[in-house]
Amino acid sequence: MAFFGFAHGVHPPEEKGLTSGLPIRRMPYPAEIVLPLRQHAGKPAKLCVKVGDYVERGDPVGLADGYMSVPIHASAAGTVTAIDLWPHPDGSYAQSVHIKVDTYAMQAARPRLVPRWEGLTVDQVVKAVQDAGVVGLGGAAFPTHVKLAPPKDYQVHTLIINGAECEPYLTSDHRTMVEYPERVHFGCRVMMYTLGVTKAVIGVEKNKPDAIAALERTKPKDLDITILPLTVKYPQGAEKMLIHAVTGVEVPSGKLPVTVGVVVQNVGSLAAIAEVFDTGLPLIERIVTVTGHGLTRPANLIVPVGTKLKDLLAFCDGVTKDAREVINGGPMMGMAVSNLDAPVIKGTTGIVVLTNDEVRTETVYPCIHCGRCLEACPVFLNPSWLGDLARVRRYQDMADNHLADCMLCGSCSYVCPSNIPLSQLFQASKVALRRNQTAGAA
Amino acid sequence: MTAPNLIVTASPHLKDRDTTPRIMWTVAASLVPVILASAFFFGISSILVVLASTLGSLLTERWLGRPRSLRDGSAMITGLLLGLSLPPGIPLWMAALGGFFGIAFGKAIWGGLGQNGFNPALIGRAFLQTAFPVAITTWPTPGGNFFALKGDLFAFPFMSPAADVVTSATPLGLFKFEQKLTSIVDLVLGTTGGSVGETSAVVILICGAYLAWKGYLNWRSPVSIILSVFVLGQLLHWINPARSADGLFHVFSGGLMLGAVYMATDMVTVPTTNKGRWIFGACVGAIVVIIRVYGGLPEGVMYAILIMNAFTPLINNFTHPTVFGTVKLKEAK
Repeated sequence: MAFFGFAHGVHPPEEKGLTSGLPIRRMPYPAEIVLPLRQHAGKPAKLCVKVGDYVERGDPVGLADGYMSVPIHASAAGTVTAIDLWPHPDGSYAQSVHIKVDTYAMQAARPRLVPRWEGLTVDQVVKAVQDAGVVGLGGAAFPTHVKLAPPKDYQVHTLIINGAECEPYLTSDHRTMVEYPERVHFGCRVMMYTLGVTKAVIGVEKNKPDAIAALERTKPKDLDITILPLTVKYPQGAEKMLIHAVTGVEVPSGKLPVTVGVVVQNVGSLAAIAEVFDTGLPLIERIVTVTGHGLTRPANLIVPVGTKLKDLLAFCDGVTKDAREVINGGPMMGMAVSNLDAPVIKGTTGIVVLTNDEVRTETVYPCIHCGRCLEACPVFLNPSWLGDLARVRRYQDMADNHLADCMLCGSCSYVCPSNIPLSQLFQASKVALRRNQTAGAA
Repeated sequence: MTAPNLIVTASPHLKDRDTTPRIMWTVAASLVPVILASAFFFGISSILVVLASTLGSLLTERWLGRPRSLRDGSAMITGLLLGLSLPPGIPLWMAALGGFFGIAFGKAIWGGLGQNGFNPALIGRAFLQTAFPVAITTWPTPGGNFFALKGDLFAFPFMSPAADVVTSATPLGLFKFEQKLTSIVDLVLGTTGGSVGETSAVVILICGAYLAWKGYLNWRSPVSIILSVFVLGQLLHWINPARSADGLFHVFSGGLMLGAVYMATDMVTVPTTNKGRWIFGACVGAIVVIIRVYGGLPEGVMYAILIMNAFTPLINNFTHPTVFGTVKLKEAK
């Protein structure tokens, strides 16, 4: 078997064994659901309910505000009790709808909220996916319908499906591929239809042989789908790395993947597309890996969107005594949660609880120019040098030297023996640059 | 559920286990076999010399360095390397003074760890070479009683040495001034005259290989130096055998091994990029051979590395890696 990968990268401890063998289970409804109106890349949804309203499961509480936006739906039936600013998992506060869950709600028999996809035109499918509130479930939460309809001036020839799941600890995509391979293929069918492509490649890191086997077993006969085993390396699942591994083409710096004729979608999002067309309900729940050595009982759970992290951790029997940090997402790119009242949103791939031993609070030493970050950077930047520039605030020089190509994967910080927070410096520099540019334009 | 005592840090939340002090102390520890090998050939004198230079550099780091900078282990390496580059019979106060000078003017005034442009151990040695040219070129003969001192080690500062020492020229000196060639076996094992650590090539190579395997040493610059010295030395040997010894002799004699494995791999003062390390090594090798064959001194490793240290920022500037996705961009234009 040939393996496909990329140069550089790092090998953090995988720690996937905590949950990779656990079947996906459903989490019961918590007492209260909190739905932030900003859960996706693009414009936040527009509020469409008021305090006191009764909403059914699947009713919208926020409507799409333009093309680069999707609606937000109630994930449980209940009464809207408050609309306020509430802690968001990204650390800020966002306008959120609180729903007191009606424990005795009947699931009323009513027409499908999402039409069947058979016989729909491409535009109708795209519209249906937008109305169902589907976004990329890999973490960035990019609206999926935008990817279904790429700009007309590019010829898309391949759909690449990201099943790499290179973040340590996380297993939600892995379990999706093992337990719902038909959904992945079904979502693949829908996307190939709207994109008008005949070729799809599913890239899976070779540390998930059961997922590869399940996908091979259920592969539809009439579609040209290839399952490609990838080398186990971080960040194999980064869009540009994956495209390079599959097609051997480098996406030009600063350009979108569509310029080389590919569209990349994550397996979780494909399964979500399949699910909304299958059940007729919009995207109101997602698979979340709740794991970490600081958690009593790790699990892969189907969680209603809007469940507070507090309730989620309590359902997993709480955290251990030496738990020190709760991460929203994987430990390499995820953000530490500052408030456990923040809810699970559509982009929450996993919740990782790290222990005291794992958390990095070491002394920062001066850069000794060992060059390890240069050998780790997947996009061949010179992080050591960019870090020097960042410290003296030469942001424009950083921009001239491809700061924009940094995807904040954290490989440089991971290997740095001096514990220099390189990717944090780069993120801060990007923010400073953007601020300078807006100030200059005004 | 009781509220846990949580903290918030920036991503990534995982960290490779290697830290700067761990790398530095491992490098320092890997020098112990080299020192022991030297003690085997020169007796207790070599240990005393290394101790003196290390003490000098550690005390200076404590005095002039940043708070707690002793813990990172870099001053330890400087002291050990300086001691290894001195002759085993040098008066101890000179060795300690070299340690002081190396740390104070090679590192502390630049701003401490990571900021210095030149290898501190070599700065210390260059100072001693200029200040005490006789003492630093007095090479005792190896062998003899383990506890017999190889020179006037305990001489008081600025007193002329009293004891008579049995000295012998280094293989490079022998070749340069007397046209006598030392056998390659003696060179590899280290049973020749020379400084504390420059004698046993095989021990240095083994320790270096261990560090390279651990990932604490980038193998590119040493390999590049050795290749370039061998090729250039052999080439000059073919042209004029009387002037230049053969390539193998060049590779295994003098301080080349110590310099290539331990000093040209000092991360702070050599280029960061792999391409840059190849260039750095090739240039060091060329300068070494040129000094050895055409220069007035029999040995040139120290000056070669110091000269190329000065070019490190320039090499860095010209060898930035090609960013992902920019090659095709240029073709499109």
